[in-house]
Amino acid sequence: MIQAVLQPGGSAATALYIVAFSLFIVGIKQGTHPTTAKRGNLVAAGGMAVAVVATLLLDGMGNWGLIFLGLGIGTAVGVIASIRVQMTEMPQMVALYNGVGGGAVALIAWSEIRHGISLGEDFPLDELIPVIFAGVVGSVSFWGSNIAFAKLQDLIPTRPLAAPGQQVINAVLLLAIVTICVILAVDHESPSQGLFILLLVLAAILGNLVVLPIGGADMPVVISLLNAFTGLSAAAAGFALDNVALIVAGTLVGSSGTILTMEMATAMNRSVANVLFAGFGGAPSGGGGGSGEEKPHVSIGAQDAAIKLAYADTVVIVPGYGLAVAQAQHAIKEVADELEARGVTVNYAIHPVAGRMPGHMNVLLAEADVAYENLKEMEEINPEMSRTDVAVVVGANDVTNPAAKNDPDSPIAGMPIIEVSEAQEVIVIKRSLSPGFAGIDNDLFYEPNTSMLFADAKAAASEIAAEIGNL
Amino acid sequence: MTEITIFVLAVFVGFEVISKVPTTLHTPLMSQTNAIHGIVMLGGLIVLGYADDGLEYVIGTIAVAFGAINIVGGFMVTDRMLGMFSKRPKPAASSASHPGASGSEKGSDK
Repeated sequence: MIQAVLQPGGSAATALYIVAFSLFIVGIKQGTHPTTAKRGNLVAAGGMAVAVVATLLLDGMGNWGLIFLGLGIGTAVGVIASIRVQMTEMPQMVALYNGVGGGAVALIAWSEIRHGISLGEDFPLDELIPVIFAGVVGSVSFWGSNIAFAKLQDLIPTRPLAAPGQQVINAVLLLAIVTICVILAVDHESPSQGLFILLLVLAAILGNLVVLPIGGADMPVVISLLNAFTGLSAAAAGFALDNVALIVAGTLVGSSGTILTMEMATAMNRSVANVLFAGFGGAPSGGGGGSGEEKPHVSIGAQDAAIKLAYADTVVIVPGYGLAVAQAQHAIKEVADELEARGVTVNYAIHPVAGRMPGHMNVLLAEADVAYENLKEMEEINPEMSRTDVAVVVGANDVTNPAAKNDPDSPIAGMPIIEVSEAQEVIVIKRSLSPGFAGIDNDLFYEPNTSMLFADAKAAASEIAAEIGNL
Repeated sequence: MTEITIFVLAVFVGFEVISKVPTTLHTPLMSQTNAIHGIVMLGGLIVLGYADDGLEYVIGTIAVAFGAINIVGGFMVTDRMLGMFSKRPKPAASSASHPGASGSEKGSDK
């Protein structure tokens, strides 16, 4: 079949492929260091260009019109989407790109099955099995990523959505998928295309059902996991097509993505299995505010906040996703600039999962020209907290909740937090007392040294900056 | 068999190459590896390049377009994210500290 045609003319292509995945490896390696990351990305992109050219040079390729149509459409969409996307929307953009990758894998697998069947030959198992794997995982990844995108884009509710008996339904689906895989493999002399399509559909449903019950807070882990899955499915497609470049690049993404996923889950003190199967936070969902009794809290205005900040020696700003949503990074930088002009030391405490992806907050603050040295990681800043005069929490919630430390029964018990309550004073800029992604109340808001400033993060920060300027 | 060997070696390269990453770079790196699995577009090219029936044309073209979105979008978005970090040559922090400078577009509503 296809690969029989490819092998003879493949030596030049193989040489170019070797160049390509060397560049991938170097690119990823450089991507792990701040100074070389940008170059690393270009190196990997160069590798991709080499791999594409090598493939276009394969003997016997045809349908050039359609090839360039597909390349043209995809490139145009990719370019426009990447230019127009806001920094705050990066996580869902990555989810979407991951989804189309998975979709491509599933389509390729379907096409391979059709092609194999149309030749009417025995389908060798060492090709059929990778094709089946690629189809299932690609389909799960495509639909799972789309749901993740929809959740992050607020097209569907971010809170966990689960039907009763969800786990049972998933298990039955999984069982059905495995059964069909086995039937297809046993019948490898003439696998049924209808069954394969059914397999793609079942995998699509499974992808939907697995991601829907997962809350917004866990989405980064899910996207990262799906990213690794897509990599593995690409590698499987490589086995089916006897294409070394696909195997190597797909596998690299699969293994490196797995490590990233585990690091993220660790940062949230959860296991990947826990994230996937335990969708937490359904509990006190009394929308808007107090689900229990109204607890006492202190509310202040921008002027009070400005005074507290201006006469402090050390200030730590704790940004969260609310800052990203309000596009408040520039306004916050203004506050920091005003404070620094008055001799106040200002640092930023970045929780590993602040925002909706690890590193997301760093990207946003860098966009506002916040100096890299002022961004402190959680382990670095927590020991400093007790010597901090004022901690300003901007649109962050769960990552500051002392319940994670103090209340063993809390759903987020054990999650590492930024220990803002250790600071002399805490100012929380937030629109209301409503719970965060985890859907639980934040004890921080009711502590005696906490003042709540109820406002949109950007408006509040601009006001505070102006007030400090007037002092 | 060689393919299995390649696969296993690539797994270890992936583990080794990634191990120690500062949190800051997690998102860009995820985005970059995301772009790299756009390599599936090559599969789409091969399938389409050798396709010979109507449905395969359609499937192949969509697969190539999907793959191209994955590759082009992935690398460009990663470049944008990393661009945020690299424009940090800020010789005198205090000289740029008048508020209008950094917030020229966003700070208008104060």
